[in-house]
Amino acid sequence: MASSKFININLKIWRQKNAKEKGKIETYRLDKVSTDSSFLEMLDQLNEQLVSERKEPVAFDHDCREGICGMCSLFINGRAHGPDTGITTCQLHMRMFKDNDTIFVEPWRSKAFPVVKDLVVDRSAFDRIQQAGGFVSVNTSGNTIDANATPVPKHDADRAFEAAACIGCGACVATCKNGSAMLFVGAKVSQYALLPQGKVEATQRVLNMVRQMDEEGFGNCTNTGACEVECPKGISLENIARMNREYLVASIK
Amino acid sequence: MAKSAILKSSLAKKYWMALTGLFLCLFLVGHLAGNLQLIFSDALHFNEYALFMTTNPVVKLLSYLTYISILFHAVDGIMLTVQNRKARPIRYAKEDSSANSAWASRNMAVLGTLILVFIVTHMVNFWAVMHFDKNMPLQTIHITYQGQEMDMYVTTNDGKYIPTDLSNTGLEIRNHKEFYDAAANLKMAEGIKDLHKITFAFFKDAKYGLIATILYVIAMFVLAFHLLHGFASAFQSLGANNPKYNGLIKGFGKGFAIIVPLLFAIIPVYIHFFAK
Ligand code: HEM
Ligand code: SF4
Ligand code: FES
Repeated sequence: MASSKFININLKIWRQKNAKEKGKIETYRLDKVSTDSSFLEMLDQLNEQLVSERKEPVAFDHDCREGICGMCSLFINGRAHGPDTGITTCQLHMRMFKDNDTIFVEPWRSKAFPVVKDLVVDRSAFDRIQQAGGFVSVNTSGNTIDANATPVPKHDADRAFEAAACIGCGACVATCKNGSAMLFVGAKVSQYALLPQGKVEATQRVLNMVRQMDEEGFGNCTNTGACEVECPKGISLENIARMNREYLVASIK
Repeated sequence: MAKSAILKSSLAKKYWMALTGLFLCLFLVGHLAGNLQLIFSDALHFNEYALFMTTNPVVKLLSYLTYISILFHAVDGIMLTVQNRKARPIRYAKEDSSANSAWASRNMAVLGTLILVFIVTHMVNFWAVMHFDKNMPLQTIHITYQGQEMDMYVTTNDGKYIPTDLSNTGLEIRNHKEFYDAAANLKMAEGIKDLHKITFAFFKDAKYGLIATILYVIAMFVLAFHLLHGFASAFQSLGANNPKYNGLIKGFGKGFAIIVPLLFAIIPVYIHFFAK
Protein backbone atom coordinates (compact mmCIF):
# COMPACT_ATOMS: atom_id res chain seq x y z
CA MET A 1 0.00 0.00 0.00
CA ALA A 2 1.22 3.40 -0.92
CA SER A 3 0.59 5.00 2.43
CA SER A 4 2.17 2.26 4.50
CA LYS A 5 5.30 3.06 6.41
CA PHE A 6 7.36 1.68 9.22
CA ILE A 7 7.80 3.04 12.70
CA ASN A 8 10.03 2.19 15.64
CA ILE A 9 8.39 2.09 19.05
CA ASN A 10 9.12 1.68 22.74
CA LEU A 11 6.82 -0.64 24.61
CA LYS A 12 6.18 -0.66 28.34
CA ILE A 13 4.41 -3.92 29.02
CA TRP A 14 3.11 -5.46 32.24
CA ARG A 15 4.87 -8.80 32.80
CA GLN A 16 3.65 -11.19 35.46
CA LYS A 17 4.62 -14.87 35.61
CA ASN A 18 1.40 -16.13 37.13
CA ALA A 19 -1.53 -15.16 39.32
CA LYS A 20 0.51 -15.35 42.54
CA GLU A 21 3.71 -13.55 41.68
CA LYS A 22 4.06 -9.79 41.62
CA GLY A 23 4.43 -8.30 38.19
CA LYS A 24 6.17 -5.25 36.85
CA ILE A 25 6.46 -3.08 33.76
CA GLU A 26 9.20 -4.14 31.33
CA THR A 27 10.49 -1.96 28.51
CA TYR A 28 11.01 -3.28 24.98
CA ARG A 29 12.22 -1.69 21.76
CA LEU A 30 10.51 -2.86 18.60
CA ASP A 31 11.79 -1.65 15.21
CA LYS A 32 10.20 -1.71 11.77
CA VAL A 33 6.57 -1.99 12.75
CA SER A 34 4.28 -1.52 9.75
CA THR A 35 1.62 1.15 10.36
CA ASP A 36 -0.75 -1.17 8.47
CA SER A 37 -0.40 -3.89 11.06
CA SER A 38 -2.94 -4.28 13.81
CA PHE A 39 -1.96 -3.80 17.43
CA LEU A 40 -2.10 -7.54 18.01
CA GLU A 41 0.07 -8.20 14.94
CA MET A 42 2.57 -5.80 16.44
CA LEU A 43 2.53 -7.88 19.64
CA ASP A 44 2.98 -11.03 17.52
CA GLN A 45 6.03 -9.35 16.01
CA LEU A 46 7.36 -8.52 19.47
CA ASN A 47 6.82 -12.12 20.56
CA GLU A 48 8.76 -13.43 17.55
CA GLN A 49 11.58 -11.11 18.54
CA LEU A 50 11.40 -12.33 22.16
CA VAL A 51 11.35 -15.99 21.12
CA SER A 52 14.35 -15.46 18.87
CA GLU A 53 16.14 -13.96 21.87
CA ARG A 54 15.07 -17.06 23.88
CA LYS A 55 12.87 -14.97 26.13
CA GLU A 56 9.35 -15.69 27.34
CA PRO A 57 6.77 -14.24 24.89
CA VAL A 58 4.10 -11.87 26.20
CA ALA A 59 0.80 -13.61 26.95
CA PHE A 60 -2.31 -11.75 25.78
CA ASP A 61 -5.90 -12.75 25.01
CA HIS A 62 -7.31 -12.85 21.50
CA ASP A 63 -9.48 -15.04 19.33
CA CYS A 64 -11.51 -13.76 16.37
CA ARG A 65 -9.34 -10.71 15.67
CA GLU A 66 -12.29 -9.04 13.97
CA GLY A 67 -14.07 -7.33 16.83
CA ILE A 68 -16.82 -9.84 17.54
CA CYS A 69 -15.70 -12.28 20.21
CA GLY A 70 -14.71 -9.92 23.02
CA MET A 71 -11.59 -11.88 23.89
CA CYS A 72 -8.93 -9.22 23.31
CA SER A 73 -8.44 -6.89 26.25
CA LEU A 74 -5.62 -4.41 26.56
CA PHE A 75 -5.28 -1.12 28.40
CA ILE A 76 -3.18 0.83 25.94
CA ASN A 77 -1.67 4.22 26.78
CA GLY A 78 -4.17 4.78 29.55
CA ARG A 79 -7.28 3.73 27.62
CA ALA A 80 -9.25 0.51 27.28
CA HIS A 81 -8.78 -0.90 23.74
CA GLY A 82 -6.37 1.96 23.05
CA PRO A 83 -6.56 5.49 21.68
CA ASP A 84 -9.67 5.21 19.53
CA THR A 85 -13.37 4.74 20.20
CA GLY A 86 -15.84 2.13 19.05
CA ILE A 87 -13.21 -0.57 18.49
CA THR A 88 -11.71 -3.58 20.20
CA THR A 89 -7.96 -3.94 20.63
CA CYS A 90 -7.79 -6.31 17.64
CA GLN A 91 -9.30 -3.53 15.51
CA LEU A 92 -6.72 -0.98 16.62
CA HIS A 93 -4.06 -0.23 14.04
CA MET A 94 -0.51 0.94 14.39
CA ARG A 95 -1.26 3.97 12.22
CA MET A 96 -2.70 5.49 15.41
CA PHE A 97 0.90 5.77 16.68
CA LYS A 98 3.92 7.80 15.66
CA ASP A 99 7.56 6.96 15.21
CA ASN A 100 9.39 6.69 18.55
CA ASP A 101 6.17 6.66 20.58
CA THR A 102 6.26 5.03 23.99
CA ILE A 103 3.25 2.77 24.40
CA PHE A 104 2.04 1.44 27.77
CA VAL A 105 0.30 -1.94 27.60
CA GLU A 106 -1.41 -3.11 30.79
CA PRO A 107 -3.99 -5.75 31.67
CA TRP A 108 -7.55 -4.84 32.70
CA ARG A 109 -7.25 -3.76 36.33
CA SER A 110 -10.07 -4.98 38.52
CA LYS A 111 -10.30 -6.94 41.72
CA ALA A 112 -12.87 -9.12 39.96
CA PHE A 113 -10.57 -9.73 36.96
CA PRO A 114 -7.41 -11.26 38.49
CA VAL A 115 -4.36 -11.44 36.25
CA VAL A 116 -3.65 -14.98 35.04
CA LYS A 117 -0.41 -14.17 33.27
CA ASP A 118 1.08 -10.99 31.78
CA LEU A 119 -1.83 -9.28 30.02
CA VAL A 120 -4.32 -12.13 30.39
CA VAL A 121 -7.05 -11.67 32.99
CA ASP A 122 -9.74 -14.03 34.25
CA ARG A 123 -13.11 -12.61 33.24
CA SER A 124 -15.21 -15.53 34.48
CA ALA A 125 -16.86 -13.10 36.94
CA PHE A 126 -18.91 -11.98 33.92
CA ASP A 127 -19.94 -15.59 33.25
CA ARG A 128 -21.12 -16.00 36.83
CA ILE A 129 -23.19 -12.80 36.60
CA GLN A 130 -24.72 -14.11 33.38
CA GLN A 131 -25.44 -17.46 35.00
CA ALA A 132 -27.15 -15.73 37.91
CA GLY A 133 -29.96 -14.49 35.67
CA GLY A 134 -28.94 -13.64 32.13
CA PHE A 135 -31.24 -16.12 30.42
CA VAL A 136 -34.89 -16.98 29.82
CA SER A 137 -36.21 -20.33 31.01
CA VAL A 138 -37.98 -22.13 28.17
CA ASN A 139 -39.41 -25.58 27.93
CA THR A 140 -37.63 -27.29 25.03
CA SER A 141 -39.57 -30.56 25.12
CA GLY A 142 -40.96 -30.30 21.63
CA ASN A 143 -43.45 -27.51 22.15
CA THR A 144 -41.32 -24.42 21.61
CA ILE A 145 -43.11 -21.49 20.02
CA ASP A 146 -41.68 -19.72 17.01
CA ALA A 147 -40.01 -16.53 18.30
CA ASN A 148 -41.76 -14.43 15.68
CA ALA A 149 -45.17 -15.58 16.92
CA THR A 150 -44.77 -13.15 19.83
CA PRO A 151 -45.17 -9.57 18.60
CA VAL A 152 -42.46 -7.17 19.78
CA PRO A 153 -42.65 -3.41 19.18
CA LYS A 154 -39.93 -2.37 16.75
CA HIS A 155 -38.57 0.26 19.14
CA ASP A 156 -38.12 -2.30 21.93
CA ALA A 157 -36.66 -4.88 19.59
CA ASP A 158 -34.07 -2.35 18.41
CA ARG A 159 -33.10 -1.35 21.98
CA ALA A 160 -32.82 -5.02 22.98
CA PHE A 161 -30.69 -5.75 19.95
CA GLU A 162 -28.38 -2.82 20.73
CA ALA A 163 -27.99 -4.08 24.30
CA ALA A 164 -27.34 -7.62 23.08
CA ALA A 165 -24.45 -6.32 20.99
CA CYS A 166 -22.32 -6.35 24.16
CA ILE A 167 -19.51 -8.84 23.66
CA GLY A 168 -18.53 -9.04 27.32
CA CYS A 169 -15.02 -7.75 26.71
CA GLY A 170 -14.79 -5.95 30.07
CA ALA A 171 -13.51 -2.63 28.72
CA CYS A 172 -16.22 -0.87 30.69
CA VAL A 173 -14.85 -2.28 33.95
CA ALA A 174 -11.27 -1.60 32.89
CA THR A 175 -11.85 2.03 32.04
CA CYS A 176 -14.18 2.86 34.93
CA LYS A 177 -12.37 4.66 37.75
CA ASN A 178 -14.53 2.63 40.13
CA GLY A 179 -14.03 -0.72 38.40
CA SER A 180 -17.79 -0.90 37.98
CA ALA A 181 -19.43 -3.53 35.78
CA MET A 182 -22.73 -1.69 35.51
CA LEU A 183 -22.57 -1.10 31.75
CA PHE A 184 -22.14 -4.83 31.13
CA VAL A 185 -24.82 -5.83 33.64
CA GLY A 186 -27.09 -3.02 32.43
CA ALA A 187 -26.80 -4.33 28.87
CA LYS A 188 -27.42 -7.92 29.92
CA VAL A 189 -30.44 -6.98 32.04
CA SER A 190 -31.82 -4.78 29.27
CA GLN A 191 -31.54 -7.27 26.43
CA TYR A 192 -34.09 -9.46 28.23
CA ALA A 193 -36.11 -6.86 30.12
CA LEU A 194 -37.15 -5.19 26.88
CA LEU A 195 -38.60 -8.35 25.34
CA PRO A 196 -41.87 -10.08 26.27
CA GLN A 197 -40.05 -13.39 26.71
CA GLY A 198 -37.71 -11.81 29.23
CA LYS A 199 -40.31 -9.86 31.20
CA VAL A 200 -41.61 -13.03 32.85
CA GLU A 201 -38.50 -13.44 35.01
CA ALA A 202 -37.47 -9.78 35.08
CA THR A 203 -37.81 -9.28 38.83
CA GLN A 204 -35.64 -12.18 39.93
CA ARG A 205 -33.20 -11.63 37.09
CA VAL A 206 -32.21 -8.10 38.02
CA LEU A 207 -32.02 -8.88 41.74
CA ASN A 208 -29.83 -11.94 41.15
CA MET A 209 -27.54 -10.38 38.58
CA VAL A 210 -26.91 -7.28 40.69
CA ARG A 211 -26.30 -9.42 43.78
CA GLN A 212 -23.76 -11.51 41.87
CA MET A 213 -22.14 -8.35 40.49
CA ASP A 214 -21.71 -7.01 44.04
CA GLU A 215 -20.36 -10.33 45.31
CA GLU A 216 -17.71 -10.41 42.60
CA GLY A 217 -16.25 -7.19 44.01
CA PHE A 218 -16.98 -4.76 41.20
CA GLY A 219 -17.23 -1.09 42.19
CA ASN A 220 -20.18 1.28 42.07
CA CYS A 221 -21.08 3.43 39.10
CA THR A 222 -20.70 7.19 39.64
CA ASN A 223 -22.01 8.05 36.19
CA THR A 224 -18.75 9.38 34.79
CA GLY A 225 -19.73 7.96 31.41
CA ALA A 226 -16.22 6.67 30.62
CA CYS A 227 -17.55 3.16 29.87
CA GLU A 228 -19.94 4.42 27.22
CA VAL A 229 -17.09 6.26 25.48
CA GLU A 230 -14.72 3.28 25.50
CA CYS A 231 -17.22 0.48 24.84
CA PRO A 232 -16.40 -1.05 21.44
CA LYS A 233 -20.08 -1.75 20.84
CA GLY A 234 -21.45 1.67 21.79
CA ILE A 235 -23.56 0.32 24.66
CA SER A 236 -25.44 3.33 26.04
CA LEU A 237 -25.73 4.57 29.63
CA GLU A 238 -29.48 4.23 29.10
CA ASN A 239 -28.97 0.56 29.87
CA ILE A 240 -27.57 1.35 33.31
CA ALA A 241 -30.54 3.62 33.98
CA ARG A 242 -32.87 0.83 32.84
CA MET A 243 -31.16 -1.58 35.23
CA ASN A 244 -31.51 1.01 38.02
CA ARG A 245 -35.22 1.31 37.28
CA GLU A 246 -35.75 -2.43 37.05
CA TYR A 247 -33.90 -2.99 40.31
CA LEU A 248 -35.76 -0.22 42.13
CA VAL A 249 -39.10 -1.69 41.11
CA ALA A 250 -37.97 -5.27 41.79
CA SER A 251 -36.66 -4.53 45.26
CA ILE A 252 -39.83 -2.83 46.50
CA LYS A 253 -42.09 -5.54 45.01
CA MET B 1 -33.81 -10.71 50.10
CA ALA B 2 -35.61 -7.76 48.58
CA LYS B 3 -35.50 -5.99 51.96
CA SER B 4 -31.76 -6.24 52.45
CA ALA B 5 -31.25 -5.39 48.78
CA ILE B 6 -32.88 -1.99 49.11
CA LEU B 7 -30.55 -1.06 51.99
CA LYS B 8 -27.22 -2.66 51.25
CA SER B 9 -26.75 -3.35 47.57
CA SER B 10 -24.60 -1.17 45.35
CA LEU B 11 -27.68 0.19 43.62
CA ALA B 12 -29.49 0.96 46.87
CA LYS B 13 -26.53 3.06 48.01
CA LYS B 14 -26.77 4.91 44.72
CA TYR B 15 -30.47 5.62 45.21
CA TRP B 16 -29.81 7.08 48.66
CA MET B 17 -26.95 9.16 47.29
CA ALA B 18 -29.22 10.55 44.59
CA LEU B 19 -32.23 11.16 46.85
CA THR B 20 -30.22 12.90 49.57
CA GLY B 21 -28.27 14.83 46.93
CA LEU B 22 -31.42 16.12 45.28
CA PHE B 23 -32.99 16.95 48.64
CA LEU B 24 -29.86 18.96 49.47
CA CYS B 25 -30.32 20.81 46.17
CA LEU B 26 -33.79 21.83 47.36
CA PHE B 27 -32.29 22.88 50.68
CA LEU B 28 -29.79 25.06 48.81
CA VAL B 29 -32.62 26.92 47.09
CA GLY B 30 -34.38 27.60 50.39
CA HIS B 31 -31.19 28.65 52.11
CA LEU B 32 -30.26 30.92 49.22
CA ALA B 33 -33.63 32.64 49.24
CA GLY B 34 -33.05 33.47 52.91
CA ASN B 35 -29.46 34.60 52.47
CA LEU B 36 -30.33 36.91 49.60
CA GLN B 37 -32.26 39.05 52.09
CA LEU B 38 -28.86 40.14 53.37
CA ILE B 39 -28.63 42.12 50.13
CA PHE B 40 -32.23 42.87 49.24
CA SER B 41 -33.82 43.41 52.62
CA ASP B 42 -33.02 45.21 55.87
CA ALA B 43 -31.60 43.91 59.11
CA LEU B 44 -34.95 43.67 60.85
CA HIS B 45 -36.58 41.60 58.11
CA PHE B 46 -33.57 39.35 57.82
CA ASN B 47 -33.55 38.71 61.57
CA GLU B 48 -37.27 38.07 61.66
CA TYR B 49 -36.73 35.56 58.89
CA ALA B 50 -33.86 33.94 60.84
CA LEU B 51 -36.15 33.72 63.88
CA PHE B 52 -38.83 32.08 61.77
CA MET B 53 -36.31 29.56 60.45
CA THR B 54 -35.21 28.54 63.95
CA THR B 55 -38.67 28.29 65.49
CA ASN B 56 -41.26 27.28 62.90
CA PRO B 57 -42.10 23.56 63.41
CA VAL B 58 -42.29 22.74 59.69
CA VAL B 59 -38.96 24.44 59.04
CA LYS B 60 -37.55 22.60 62.07
CA LEU B 61 -38.62 19.29 60.60
CA LEU B 62 -37.05 20.22 57.27
CA SER B 63 -33.84 21.26 58.99
CA TYR B 64 -33.58 17.91 60.79
CA LEU B 65 -34.13 16.21 57.43
CA THR B 66 -31.32 18.35 56.05
CA TYR B 67 -28.89 17.39 58.85
CA ILE B 68 -29.73 13.72 58.33
CA SER B 69 -29.36 14.05 54.56
CA ILE B 70 -25.93 15.65 54.85
CA LEU B 71 -24.77 12.95 57.26
CA PHE B 72 -26.23 10.13 55.20
CA HIS B 73 -24.95 11.57 51.93
CA ALA B 74 -21.44 12.04 53.33
CA VAL B 75 -21.22 8.63 55.03
CA ASP B 76 -22.74 6.81 52.05
CA GLY B 77 -20.49 8.73 49.65
CA ILE B 78 -17.37 7.87 51.60
CA MET B 79 -18.40 4.20 51.87
CA LEU B 80 -18.97 4.04 48.12
CA THR B 81 -15.64 5.70 47.43
CA VAL B 82 -13.77 3.26 49.70
CA GLN B 83 -15.48 0.31 47.98
CA ASN B 84 -14.67 1.73 44.58
CA ARG B 85 -11.00 2.03 45.43
CA LYS B 86 -10.98 -1.56 46.64
CA ALA B 87 -12.43 -2.65 43.32
CA ARG B 88 -9.11 -1.75 41.72
CA PRO B 89 -6.33 -2.87 44.09
CA ILE B 90 -3.57 -2.34 41.51
CA ARG B 91 -3.74 0.97 39.73
CA TYR B 92 -2.74 1.63 36.14
CA ALA B 93 0.75 2.94 35.44
CA LYS B 94 -0.72 5.21 32.81
CA GLU B 95 -4.25 6.53 32.76
CA ASP B 96 -5.80 8.93 30.27
CA SER B 97 -9.12 9.56 32.00
CA SER B 98 -9.66 13.00 30.53
CA ALA B 99 -10.16 11.29 27.16
CA ASN B 100 -13.43 9.76 28.28
CA SER B 101 -14.86 11.60 31.29
CA ALA B 102 -15.25 15.04 32.87
CA TRP B 103 -13.00 16.14 35.73
CA ALA B 104 -15.84 16.87 38.14
CA SER B 105 -17.35 13.42 37.61
CA ARG B 106 -14.08 11.79 38.66
CA ASN B 107 -13.60 13.93 41.76
CA MET B 108 -16.96 13.87 43.49
CA ALA B 109 -15.52 12.48 46.71
CA VAL B 110 -12.82 15.14 47.00
CA LEU B 111 -15.30 17.89 46.13
CA GLY B 112 -17.82 16.44 48.58
CA THR B 113 -15.28 16.24 51.41
CA LEU B 114 -14.34 19.88 50.84
CA ILE B 115 -18.03 20.78 50.97
CA LEU B 116 -18.31 18.88 54.24
CA VAL B 117 -15.41 20.87 55.71
CA PHE B 118 -17.12 24.04 54.54
CA ILE B 119 -20.48 23.03 56.02
CA VAL B 120 -18.90 22.30 59.41
CA THR B 121 -17.01 25.63 59.51
CA HIS B 122 -20.06 27.46 58.28
CA MET B 123 -22.19 25.93 61.03
CA VAL B 124 -19.63 26.80 63.67
CA ASN B 125 -19.51 30.38 62.41
CA PHE B 126 -23.25 31.04 62.16
CA TRP B 127 -25.54 28.19 63.14
CA ALA B 128 -23.85 27.50 66.49
CA VAL B 129 -23.68 31.20 67.29
CA MET B 130 -27.38 31.60 66.56
CA HIS B 131 -28.28 28.57 68.66
CA PHE B 132 -25.89 28.61 71.58
CA ASP B 133 -23.88 31.82 71.91
CA LYS B 134 -24.71 33.54 75.20
CA ASN B 135 -23.38 36.85 73.91
CA MET B 136 -25.46 36.89 70.77
CA PRO B 137 -26.61 40.51 70.34
CA LEU B 138 -30.31 41.32 70.10
CA GLN B 139 -31.87 43.33 67.32
CA THR B 140 -32.15 47.02 68.15
CA ILE B 141 -33.66 49.95 66.35
CA HIS B 142 -32.95 53.68 66.56
CA ILE B 143 -36.17 55.64 66.84
CA THR B 144 -37.64 58.87 68.03
CA TYR B 145 -39.92 58.14 70.97
CA GLN B 146 -41.88 60.83 72.74
CA GLY B 147 -39.63 63.44 71.18
CA GLN B 148 -36.49 61.64 72.30
CA GLU B 149 -34.01 59.82 70.13
CA MET B 150 -33.18 56.41 71.56
CA ASP B 151 -32.21 52.81 70.86
CA MET B 152 -34.84 50.17 71.47
CA TYR B 153 -34.78 46.40 71.47
CA VAL B 154 -37.14 44.89 68.90
CA THR B 155 -39.26 42.10 70.32
CA THR B 156 -41.17 39.24 68.76
CA ASN B 157 -44.40 40.72 70.16
CA ASP B 158 -45.64 42.85 67.31
CA GLY B 159 -44.66 46.48 67.53
CA LYS B 160 -43.36 46.26 71.08
CA TYR B 161 -40.05 47.96 71.67
CA ILE B 162 -38.03 47.96 74.87
CA PRO B 163 -35.37 50.59 75.60
CA THR B 164 -31.86 49.21 75.39
CA ASP B 165 -31.24 50.97 78.66
CA LEU B 166 -33.14 48.63 80.97
CA SER B 167 -32.24 50.51 84.16
CA ASN B 168 -35.60 52.28 84.63
CA THR B 169 -37.84 49.60 83.20
CA GLY B 170 -37.72 46.98 85.92
CA LEU B 171 -36.89 44.46 83.19
CA GLU B 172 -33.97 42.09 82.90
CA ILE B 173 -32.74 39.72 80.19
CA ARG B 174 -32.86 36.02 80.93
CA ASN B 175 -31.90 33.05 78.73
CA HIS B 176 -30.01 35.48 76.48
CA LYS B 177 -33.17 36.80 74.80
CA GLU B 178 -36.14 36.90 77.20
CA PHE B 179 -37.24 40.13 78.90
CA TYR B 180 -38.54 39.45 82.41
CA ASP B 181 -40.39 41.69 84.81
CA ALA B 182 -37.94 41.00 87.60
CA ALA B 183 -40.33 41.85 90.46
CA ALA B 184 -43.25 39.80 89.16
CA ASN B 185 -41.00 37.06 87.72
CA LEU B 186 -43.06 37.32 84.56
CA LYS B 187 -41.88 36.99 80.96
CA MET B 188 -42.90 40.20 79.17
CA ALA B 189 -41.39 39.77 75.72
CA GLU B 190 -38.74 38.06 73.68
CA GLY B 191 -35.94 39.79 71.77
CA ILE B 192 -34.87 38.94 68.25
CA LYS B 193 -31.32 37.70 67.81
CA ASP B 194 -29.28 39.92 65.53
CA LEU B 195 -27.82 37.41 63.06
CA HIS B 196 -27.58 40.21 60.51
CA LYS B 197 -25.06 42.04 62.70
CA ILE B 198 -23.05 38.85 63.29
CA THR B 199 -22.92 38.12 59.55
CA PHE B 200 -21.89 41.63 58.58
CA ALA B 201 -19.29 41.77 61.33
CA PHE B 202 -17.94 38.42 60.18
CA PHE B 203 -17.37 39.41 56.56
CA LYS B 204 -16.41 43.03 57.28
CA ASP B 205 -13.92 42.11 60.01
CA ALA B 206 -10.76 44.15 59.45
CA LYS B 207 -8.47 41.20 60.01
CA TYR B 208 -10.35 38.12 58.80
CA GLY B 209 -13.17 39.50 56.66
CA LEU B 210 -11.26 39.35 53.39
CA ILE B 211 -9.94 35.84 53.88
CA ALA B 212 -13.38 34.65 55.01
CA THR B 213 -14.89 36.12 51.86
CA ILE B 214 -12.27 34.49 49.65
CA LEU B 215 -12.69 31.09 51.33
CA TYR B 216 -16.45 31.35 50.98
CA VAL B 217 -16.16 32.07 47.27
CA ILE B 218 -13.77 29.13 46.83
CA ALA B 219 -16.22 26.86 48.63
CA MET B 220 -18.93 27.94 46.19
CA PHE B 221 -16.67 27.02 43.27
CA VAL B 222 -16.28 23.58 44.84
CA LEU B 223 -20.05 23.29 45.23
CA ALA B 224 -20.53 24.35 41.61
CA PHE B 225 -18.28 21.57 40.35
CA HIS B 226 -19.96 19.01 42.63
CA LEU B 227 -23.33 20.00 41.19
CA LEU B 228 -22.09 20.28 37.61
CA HIS B 229 -21.82 16.52 37.65
CA GLY B 230 -24.10 15.67 40.56
CA PHE B 231 -27.40 17.18 39.50
CA ALA B 232 -27.88 15.24 36.26
CA SER B 233 -26.07 12.23 37.73
CA ALA B 234 -28.74 11.83 40.39
CA PHE B 235 -31.40 11.41 37.71
CA GLN B 236 -29.37 8.69 35.99
CA SER B 237 -28.91 6.94 39.37
CA LEU B 238 -32.65 6.87 39.90
CA GLY B 239 -33.14 5.42 36.43
CA ALA B 240 -34.41 8.56 34.74
CA ASN B 241 -32.62 8.48 31.41
CA ASN B 242 -34.78 9.22 28.42
CA PRO B 243 -33.33 10.85 25.28
CA LYS B 244 -36.44 13.03 25.18
CA TYR B 245 -35.63 14.70 28.52
CA ASN B 246 -31.88 14.22 28.96
CA GLY B 247 -31.07 17.54 27.32
CA LEU B 248 -33.49 19.31 29.62
CA ILE B 249 -32.13 17.65 32.78
CA LYS B 250 -28.51 18.28 31.82
CA GLY B 251 -29.21 21.87 30.79
CA PHE B 252 -31.16 22.63 33.93
CA GLY B 253 -28.47 20.91 36.04
CA LYS B 254 -25.71 23.04 34.50
CA GLY B 255 -27.73 26.21 35.03
CA PHE B 256 -28.50 25.22 38.63
CA ALA B 257 -24.85 24.32 39.29
CA ILE B 258 -23.66 27.73 38.12
CA ILE B 259 -26.42 30.10 39.23
CA VAL B 260 -27.03 28.84 42.79
CA PRO B 261 -23.37 28.90 43.96
CA LEU B 262 -22.85 32.19 42.12
CA LEU B 263 -25.72 33.88 43.97
CA PHE B 264 -24.47 32.44 47.27
CA ALA B 265 -20.97 33.79 46.55
CA ILE B 266 -22.18 37.27 45.62
CA ILE B 267 -23.52 37.82 49.17
CA PRO B 268 -20.24 37.88 51.15
CA VAL B 269 -18.54 39.74 48.31
CA TYR B 270 -21.27 42.37 48.49
CA ILE B 271 -21.04 42.58 52.28
CA HIS B 272 -17.26 42.79 52.38
CA PHE B 273 -16.71 45.25 49.56
CA PHE B 274 -19.90 47.22 49.07
CA ALA B 275 -22.21 47.18 52.09
CA LYS B 276 -22.10 49.95 54.67
C1 HEM C 1 -25.08 20.93 49.88
C2 HEM C 1 -24.29 19.96 49.75
C3 HEM C 1 -24.36 18.86 48.71
C4 HEM C 1 -25.19 18.69 47.61
C5 HEM C 1 -26.30 19.60 47.13
C6 HEM C 1 -24.79 17.46 46.98
C7 HEM C 1 -25.38 16.94 45.85
C8 HEM C 1 -24.99 15.77 45.23
C9 HEM C 1 -25.67 15.16 44.13
C10 HEM C 1 -26.94 15.66 43.47
C11 HEM C 1 -24.96 14.03 43.80
C12 HEM C 1 -25.26 13.05 42.68
C13 HEM C 1 -25.82 11.76 43.24
C14 HEM C 1 -25.78 10.66 42.24
O1 HEM C 1 -24.89 10.61 41.40
O2 HEM C 1 -26.65 9.79 42.30
C15 HEM C 1 -23.84 13.94 44.69
C16 HEM C 1 -22.89 12.94 44.63
C17 HEM C 1 -21.87 12.79 45.55
N1 HEM C 1 -21.66 13.57 46.69
FE1 HEM C 1 -22.70 15.21 47.17
N2 HEM C 1 -23.74 16.89 47.67
C18 HEM C 1 -23.47 17.72 48.75
C19 HEM C 1 -22.53 17.50 49.73
C20 HEM C 1 -21.67 16.41 49.78
C21 HEM C 1 -20.82 16.13 50.91
C22 HEM C 1 -20.73 16.94 52.19
C23 HEM C 1 -20.14 15.01 50.59
C24 HEM C 1 -19.13 14.42 51.55
C25 HEM C 1 -18.31 13.50 51.37
C26 HEM C 1 -20.55 14.57 49.25
C27 HEM C 1 -20.06 13.48 48.55
C28 HEM C 1 -20.57 13.04 47.36
C29 HEM C 1 -20.03 11.91 46.61
C30 HEM C 1 -18.83 11.05 46.99
C31 HEM C 1 -20.85 11.77 45.47
C32 HEM C 1 -20.68 10.75 44.36
C33 HEM C 1 -21.42 9.51 44.77
C34 HEM C 1 -21.76 8.60 43.65
O3 HEM C 1 -22.01 9.05 42.53
O4 HEM C 1 -21.81 7.41 43.92
N3 HEM C 1 -21.50 15.45 48.80
N4 HEM C 1 -23.88 15.00 45.56
S1 SF4 D 1 -20.66 -3.08 27.73
FE1 SF4 D 1 -19.19 -2.67 26.08
S2 SF4 D 1 -17.24 -2.46 27.15
FE2 SF4 D 1 -18.63 -3.49 28.59
S3 SF4 D 1 -18.32 -5.66 28.28
FE3 SF4 D 1 -20.01 -5.08 26.91
S4 SF4 D 1 -19.01 -4.59 24.96
FE4 SF4 D 1 -17.38 -4.61 26.49
S1 FES E 1 -10.05 -10.80 19.33
FE1 FES E 1 -12.20 -11.08 19.15
S2 FES E 1 -12.89 -9.07 19.58
FE2 FES E 1 -10.75 -8.78 19.55
